[in-house]
Order: sequence, then structure tokens, then C-alpha cells
Amino acid sequence: MGISVEGANKRFGDFQALDDVSIDVPDGSLTALLGPSGSGKSTLLRAIAGLEDLDGGLVTINGEDATTKPAQKRGVGFVFQHYAAFKHMTVYDNVAFGLKIRKWDKAKTSARVHELLELVQLDGLAGRFPSQLSGGQRQRMALARALAVEPQVLLLDEPFGALDAKVRKDLRTWLRRLHEEMHVTTIFVTHDQEEAMDVAGQLVVMNEGRVEQSGTADELYEHPANEFVMSFVGEVNRLGDDFVRPHDMEVVLDADERTQEGLVQRIVTLGFEVRVELVLSDGTEVWAQLTRAELQRLELREGQIAYLRPVQAKSFNGSSSSTDGASTPHGTPDGGDAGLPAAV
Amino acid sequence: MAANAPSRWSLRFLGLGYLTMLLLIPLVMIFYKTFEEGIGPPLDAITSPDGLHALKLSVLMVAIAVPLNTIFGIGCALLLVRHKSKLNPVIDAVINLPFAVSPVVIGLSLYILYGTGGWFSFIGEEGFKILFAVPGMVLASIFVSLPFVVRETVPVLQEIGTDQEQAASTLGANGWQTFWKITLPSIRWGVAYGIVLTTARVLGEFGAVTIVSGSINGQTQTLPLFVEKQYANFNETGAYGASLVLAVLALITLFAMNLLKRKEDA
Repeated sequence: MGISVEGANKRFGDFQALDDVSIDVPDGSLTALLGPSGSGKSTLLRAIAGLEDLDGGLVTINGEDATTKPAQKRGVGFVFQHYAAFKHMTVYDNVAFGLKIRKWDKAKTSARVHELLELVQLDGLAGRFPSQLSGGQRQRMALARALAVEPQVLLLDEPFGALDAKVRKDLRTWLRRLHEEMHVTTIFVTHDQEEAMDVAGQLVVMNEGRVEQSGTADELYEHPANEFVMSFVGEVNRLGDDFVRPHDMEVVLDADERTQEGLVQRIVTLGFEVRVELVLSDGTEVWAQLTRAELQRLELREGQIAYLRPVQAKSFNGSSSSTDGASTPHGTPDGGDAGLPAAV
Repeated sequence: MAANAPSRWSLRFLGLGYLTMLLLIPLVMIFYKTFEEGIGPPLDAITSPDGLHALKLSVLMVAIAVPLNTIFGIGCALLLVRHKSKLNPVIDAVINLPFAVSPVVIGLSLYILYGTGGWFSFIGEEGFKILFAVPGMVLASIFVSLPFVVRETVPVLQEIGTDQEQAASTLGANGWQTFWKITLPSIRWGVAYGIVLTTARVLGEFGAVTIVSGSINGQTQTLPLFVEKQYANFNETGAYGASLVLAVLALITLFAMNLLKRKEDA
């Protein structure tokens, strides 16, 4: 059950959009397809919806082979980044569209439309045209329209991409709650890792037409399969072969055998968080994330020498991982986890 | 950058002066000349059997050519915008042909094709008269007015994109339902604008129709041909009267076009 894609391939001219992609989306889950632009995530979503034909591979929706089914017969609800509102129709007619196609009678349609408009908090605006709505309202209308026909799966293509930051945050909280109520299998595409982690239970990280890793937000953050995933799901510094998260960089004033010397170049205060940028002796630029309290305790100033101690580092070259000074071999052939004993 | 007052005024004066000299004065002269001897003579000319027949024939041309070119135009625009192919630039260029080629040449080409010894002359020999009859005139009218609906619809189709159509298909609409409920309503003002321009062109067409019709009084004369015949026969009042009818029809279409423009902007 749920949605599964096996060995999907898609080429646009010289560009390989999907390269042997397989994913499994459990029934009733909320899954994010996460990746940079051009990673194939939207193409994959559109292939599931039937808006894009695959060159090869299988799409299964709720146990049924949907690979060659046209979009109108797949029973999917699709929400577009730019809303795709029917501009010449009122909000009511937009939401009622799928029901009218299914030849519902008037009373039933009206009841269903108002139920959905209430759900998306647009009940008073049924008579308006899309041009009279804000971006957030248009996207909620598009969502109501997709949900009206009781789709087996809900697919959202960067649904909040065109909205401003505040509305975006409200809407994603709202989408998560909606999913908790409705339990319809949902996939949503985003390039924003914070959004993906905030909303989705399961994440699929894509890059250059391939799936890099899938799992929960914690799994991806704590055990990234490779360098790409590690740097895509969070900030990262590179120290030789090791990758260290900025919040895993301890800044101290006294050197010991596990520290590296650095020159404090810039201190940026971002509210609670403080960003300390340093240059190491070999010229590498790194940054450490501290709290205000830590900064005040250290009395750091720009231009002074400080010492860095990676608390937790990762290496993906399959061999040992080490942080300067304290050589602690870790790392498995498929990507090691080199948490230093002192810190974990 | 705002132009200063004197230059703004002189620009306006130039623009309006140009329009007055070249467009308004000639049109006003028609009005004046038509009613110089009262309303009687021009009215007689228009209501003469030949005049009425010419009016009827002109309306018939519009009634046949405009719907056909509208259907063809929408289909062709959809093909050009929605189905990318290497042939598209060629189709695009061919559609513009009637704009580039002189109507007289179009008339001649039809004459060669359907006249004695032409490739399609057998149709006439079967008893279905094309040249010097209404079918030939319809063909000429369609030819000269073909590009308008395509040209006006293509940019609108490009602008609306495919998102709405795809949304409709995920909601269960088939291709036909999507076309009627989503695509056509979205492009309706572009199409309407194209229809108005097509109508104006068909009403006013002279060159191509003259050649294929033979301009036989009371048989194969549209209004422009009637005007020309009256003028050539020194019945100037009749010519002016018929011209006036044409001018009024043109003004109505122009007015309709302006109305549509405003609707589109709203």
C-alpha cells in the first residue's frame, strides 16, 4: 500500500532528470522529497501524478500499477507551487471543479465545498475570485480543491515556495495538523531542509536525479550516508577529511592535543545564536555556533587567537576518521560516525 | 523621465494632426458627400436590389469565414504552443503568409488553381462552381483573414501556461473537459479580439475577392465590390452610401474590440 516507485528513469534531452530512482512511501505517511533545484524531486512527484511520462520504471499507487494511467484516473490530489488557481472561477467553483466533473448533485457538492472551505479557513470567501486572495489564501484554496475529490494520495510541489517567510511557517504547521487529521498519504517537494524536517515524518534526499538517502529527520541528521546529505540537511565545516557541524565545534582559549589554532575573523550575533568565523593556520575557513552566554564567558574578540575542538566529526572516505591531535579510528565502509568519546 | 510641457504638447499635436489629415478628414468627407443631397439618394442606392444583395453577401462571407478561421485558429495556436515540434517555425511562417502576400496575388493564385486547366478545375466541371461564384469568394475571404485568431491566441496561451490545465486533469477532467472548462475560458478575450479583427478584414476585403468573383451585379458582389462598381459607373452617391454602411460596420467592430480590450484589462 502507499506509493512506490521502482527504477524510474526520465531524460529531458541531454539532461538526466531521474536516474534509476526507487522510493517507498508508506500508507498514510507524510514524506518530503528534499533536494536542490535540478535534483529531480519535482519530476519524480509529477511522474507519480501522471503529469510526466517516465522513460522507464514503475509507479504503484495503493497496490495498483499506475505507470500508464493518465493523470485524471490516478486519484491524486496535486498542489502546484504557483497555485494553478482557475482564474476565471470563484473560490467556490474552483473547489467544486472536481466534484462537478464527477457529476455530484448540487446539494451534495455545496455541502462538501463548504466543509472544505471551513477546513482551510476560507469559508467567508467562497464568492471571491483568486485575484482577490492573498498568496496564502490561494494556496489553501488549491489545497481544498485537491482534497475535495477525496484523493488516495496528496502531492504537493513546493507548495509554500512562492509565499513569504511568515505565511510559510504558519502554513506548514497547518499542513502538519491537517495531515494528522486526514491521514491521506502525502508527498511534498521542497528544497528547504528546515521545512522538510518541520513537516515530514519521512525524508527522501535527492541529488542529480538519484536518491541519496531516506529516513527520518533524526536519522539523516545524525547518520548521513554521505557528504552531500550531511551538508544538505544542515550546516557543515570541513576539516581535512572530516565534516563537523558548527554546533559541534567547541571554542576554547587554551590549546591541548585535540585542538586546532584559529584566528577569529568575525563574530556575528544572530539573536540567541552567535556565529564565530575563524581561519585555521592552513587557511581553511570554518565557523562555530555558540550561544550568547558562551561568547560572554569566553570574552572573544575579533582578531584574537582561539582554539577549536571538534566534539563530533564524520568522515565518508571509508577509512579512519580523525580530529587533529586525538586520532580515534572510527568509520565503517559505508560512512562512519566518528563521535569522539570525550564528547558524546 | 517626464517630458516637459512644450514637447509633450507638440508631440500630441503631431500625433493628432497626423491622424486627422490621414484618417479623420477622409472619413468625414464620406459622411459629408453621402448626405450632400439629403438622405434620399444614398438610401435608394443601398436599398436597391443590388445593394441589398451585396450587403447580404458580405454578411454571408463573415458568417462562413469567421467561424471556420476561429476553429482553425484556436486549434493551430494550441498546436504551436502546446506541442513543441521542429515543424512549428515552418507552420508559423506559413500562417503569416496572408499578411505578407498582396490580396490580389492571393486572388490570382486561387484563379490559377480552380480556373480552366488548374489542378482543381475538375471540381468546377462536376457542376460545383467555385470561380465567379460564392464558394470562390469564401475561399478568398478565409485565405486573407486566416492569421488573426492564431496571432491573437498564441500569446495568451503562452501566458496562461499549463498549470491550470494540469490541475484540471489531476482533478479528473479529460482533455475535452479541460479544453471547454479551463483553456477556452482562459483565452476567450484573445480569441474574441482575433474574431473582431477577422470580421473587419473579411468585411473590407477587396483585392482577392474581386479576382475570383468577377464582381457580377446582384450575384457576386460584396459591399466593397459594390462600392467600386457604383463609383466606376459614376453613381457617386450610391458609392458613398455603401461606403458609409461599410464604415459603420467597421466602426461597430472597432467599438466591440475596444470594449473587449477594456474587459481584458479589468
